[in-house]
Amino acid sequence: MKLTLKIWRQGGEYKKGQFVNYQLDQVSEHMSFLEMLDVLNEQLISQGKEPVAFEHDCREGICGACSMVINGHAHGPLQGTTACQLHMRFFRDGQTVTIEPFRAKSFPVIKDLVVDRSAFDRIIQAGGYVSVGTGQAQDANAIPVEKDQSSMAFDAAACIGCGACVAACPNASAMLFVSAKVSHLALLPQGKVEAKKRVLNMVRHMDLEGFGNCSNVTACEAECPKGISVDNIARMNREYLSSVFASDED
Amino acid sequence: MQLNGNIPEGSLAEKWTRYRSTVSLVAPNNKMRIEVIVVGSGLAGASAAASLGELGYKVKCFTYHDSPRRAHSIAAQGGINAAKNYRNDGDSVYRLFYDTIKGGDYRSREANVYRLAEVSAAIIDQAVAQGVPFAREYGGLLDNRSFGGVQVSRTFYARGQTGQQLLLGAYQALSRQIALGAVEMFNRHEMLDVVLADGKARGIIARNLVTGELERHGAHAVVLATGGYGNVFYLSTNAMNCNVTAAWRAVRKGALMANPCFTQIHPTCIPVSGDYQSKLTLMSESLRNDGRVWVPKKQEDAQAIRESRKTALEIAEEDRDYFLERRYPAFGNLVPRDVASRAAKTACDEGLGVAPTGLAVYLDFAAAIERYGRSKANTLGIHNPDHATIIRLGEEVVSEKYGNLFEMYEKITGENPYKMPMKIYPAVHYTMGGLWVDYNLETNIPGLFATGECNFSDHGANRLGASALMQGLADGYFVLPYTIGNFLSNDIRTPKIDPNQQAFLDAEKQTQERIDKLMNLGGKQSIESFHRRLGRIMWDYCGMSRNAEGLQKARGMILELREEFYRDAFVPGSAKDFNPELEKALRVADYFEMGELMILDALNREESCGGHFREEFQDEGGEAQRDDQQYAYVAAWEYKGWEEEPVLHREDLVFENVELKTRSYK
Ligand SMILES: Cc1cc2nc3c(=O)[nH]c(=O)nc-3n(C[C@H](O)[C@H](O)[C@H](O)COP(=O)(O)OP(=O)(O)OC[C@H]3O[C@@H](n4cnc5c(N)ncnc54)[C@H](O)[C@@H]3O)c2cc1C
Ligand code: SF4
Ligand code: FES
Repeated sequence: MKLTLKIWRQGGEYKKGQFVNYQLDQVSEHMSFLEMLDVLNEQLISQGKEPVAFEHDCREGICGACSMVINGHAHGPLQGTTACQLHMRFFRDGQTVTIEPFRAKSFPVIKDLVVDRSAFDRIIQAGGYVSVGTGQAQDANAIPVEKDQSSMAFDAAACIGCGACVAACPNASAMLFVSAKVSHLALLPQGKVEAKKRVLNMVRHMDLEGFGNCSNVTACEAECPKGISVDNIARMNREYLSSVFASDED
Repeated sequence: MQLNGNIPEGSLAEKWTRYRSTVSLVAPNNKMRIEVIVVGSGLAGASAAASLGELGYKVKCFTYHDSPRRAHSIAAQGGINAAKNYRNDGDSVYRLFYDTIKGGDYRSREANVYRLAEVSAAIIDQAVAQGVPFAREYGGLLDNRSFGGVQVSRTFYARGQTGQQLLLGAYQALSRQIALGAVEMFNRHEMLDVVLADGKARGIIARNLVTGELERHGAHAVVLATGGYGNVFYLSTNAMNCNVTAAWRAVRKGALMANPCFTQIHPTCIPVSGDYQSKLTLMSESLRNDGRVWVPKKQEDAQAIRESRKTALEIAEEDRDYFLERRYPAFGNLVPRDVASRAAKTACDEGLGVAPTGLAVYLDFAAAIERYGRSKANTLGIHNPDHATIIRLGEEVVSEKYGNLFEMYEKITGENPYKMPMKIYPAVHYTMGGLWVDYNLETNIPGLFATGECNFSDHGANRLGASALMQGLADGYFVLPYTIGNFLSNDIRTPKIDPNQQAFLDAEKQTQERIDKLMNLGGKQSIESFHRRLGRIMWDYCGMSRNAEGLQKARGMILELREEFYRDAFVPGSAKDFNPELEKALRVADYFEMGELMILDALNREESCGGHFREEFQDEGGEAQRDDQQYAYVAAWEYKGWEEEPVLHREDLVFENVELKTRSYK
């Protein structure tokens, strides 16, 4: 099939960006979206031009590196799918496809479609862990964890840290990402001990990084490639409130 | 060069305990002044950096990713082994040790493997304490599954995302140390050289991938946890950016590369579909717990399938050849990877392949769905369930076990694997070879350590499933933090390493020259196109089976291609900018040299063992023939210079505890 690609090109954080149009003629329906971009880049290189910079690594939907807005949707039109797992059979011959970076104040553009998501790392550093040093653990079966509980924790832990939730949110809020980590750990007995401190620190840091507030639009859930539920946000809000009260009492 | 594995005295079971109790330590007040560089933030790197930080060392950790959480370890699916014996099925440290030595076709070091088995249980404890949500049973205790090449159930798993969950555990431990200031993290930094001063590894040269600037970083010791080199084949299950540069640059500085030809071809991957293909997707080995591998018995059926005139469902039971079950009744579909891969290749070579390319076999879940469906109906108290109910219930059970893999398969191929058997074919997956290290995980360069997939140490000629995660974490959490003390305890009086000394300036200058050379090639062809062509040569001649004639030919082809690369490749953009093409060019340049070395190693090893199958050395049944008389050694290669022949050093493998046998899974 033939496609017209409208791609955001930007030289760097402080440079001006713009959309540039490209024609691509021989796109196979079996290609993945990123393979289609590879073909475009080969074409650009053969013309002596600079290829489109985009982030990617595993190409199987697990590393969270790929990050682009395709036709207005973070990771593209297909639900529950990262850009790297999207295949060209979901596009039509002759279609125009718009590709732009994840846009958010806290995700500055590095180049073209590549943005800096290190704010997520810093939020995890603010408390997204269990404080257990190497060698301090007891036997793995010492604390039984109810299967459904553990399964819920897993659902939250499946977040790949891609940032699509932020890109999808009109307020560029990071609530879904943060609440997924808060929930994952709070749901397990191992993470329970520090739960109150964790949620306060992580939320405080989220605000510090300049992410927006949550106004219950739930676009994040709709575009999250891993099906992380907004129930996590509700859970985090409860954790947060009870922690605020608890810390007031101190 | 005399290679000394530095294996401690004592009986196998005592070595590690004795070593740990007697190894020199560094006192806490000295640790604060000692710096360690860890390159890599995968399971091996993140666990090491976090643990060293906890111990009080000053750690700098580097990754080319934008976040430590994106290391390739994140993609591991199936599980992690540990000798917990929670199933009471006869597992033990010794059995895990024995399975690993045998699975590796008797080409690994006994003492290292035993230690790995010994520390395996603590890894599971550590991960659970970090909040890793492993699969559990209804009683709330941990569940297990089986992997290939063993007869016990010792694999712990977190759905099909075990690597992700383990890496997040290690990443979170690392994040805690970063927050505490014990570890300084350098994201988007690619190490391009190690720096040696007075014969010791004292730092690295790294390129800031955002600005393009080169940086000099000094430390008392350097740990490489930089993963495997499977992408030398271009198409593999590895993430796109995995590369050999860190390890190869160490080789260029005198480190030895051990058993480079030992690569693992994984039997169950989604087959290649077109020439635009950029990578191959693994379908976890755990699927062979329940999936049955087959091809049609008759060539005309296979042909009809290839031409879309028939589907798998139209092939009658008696016309199917469940070739693994037929050839290896004792292990059936759960034979080790090398054996399963070769058997699939043989079936396709005989014209029985089921994809249009002729290169695919079936992995069929129909029997498992039915079996699980019946059992589920039974537990639900449904008597005489109809077929539709059985299938519905069975699909539910299968979905709970492998849901995300089935989904991934359907996304890529557009076919529903619950209804139609999966099509699979072997693909490059893992590299057992790597930097030579001794018992301390130290290379022959003092102060340079290698952990995880980037060293050669534990898997011999073939790695068992679910053992790479185990090894990476064993190295990082429980081995390196001790063994590095052995080196650093002699360095407590060494002041902070000055990155402005001549050795660093020289290394930086050489790195800059390498970059300039690539930026100025001025040719026409893309770096990617060279990588593809190199990969094709490696796959055709140094892949699932190899012979002397083909290997000789391939060596010539690689040298020609390399010459063409330096004449006609093109790197767009600028070196002082974010430039993924330059990153690729630096990596592909090193792949040419590594590829050639793999071929030399494969030529040298005139036997078949594990993943290394030399066609000249097989029995009448097509099974691999090892030659323990001549080849029970580690082949460690020394780089001698551009266009010089590398020199082979041998470390003889001494087996004091296991008897070398022909590996049989029949
Ligand atoms: C699809 C797939 C599934 C797998 N499933 C399983 C499984 O179920 N069980 C199992 O046991 N094993 C599995 N494996 C194997 C296992 O995942 C890997 O062997 C293991 O994770 C490697 O870990 P590592 O820490 O050594 O390296 P990696 O995770 O590859 O990490 C390498 C790190 O080094 C960094 N790095 C590399 N070079 C440089 C450089 N020059 N400068 C800076 N940083 C650098 C990278 O950024 C990265 O952080 C699987 C592998 C694949 C491909
Ligand atoms: S919550 Fe979903 S969208 Fe947000 S970072 Fe995690 S996986 Fe990505
Ligand atoms: S490239 Fe890893 S999730 Fe898309």
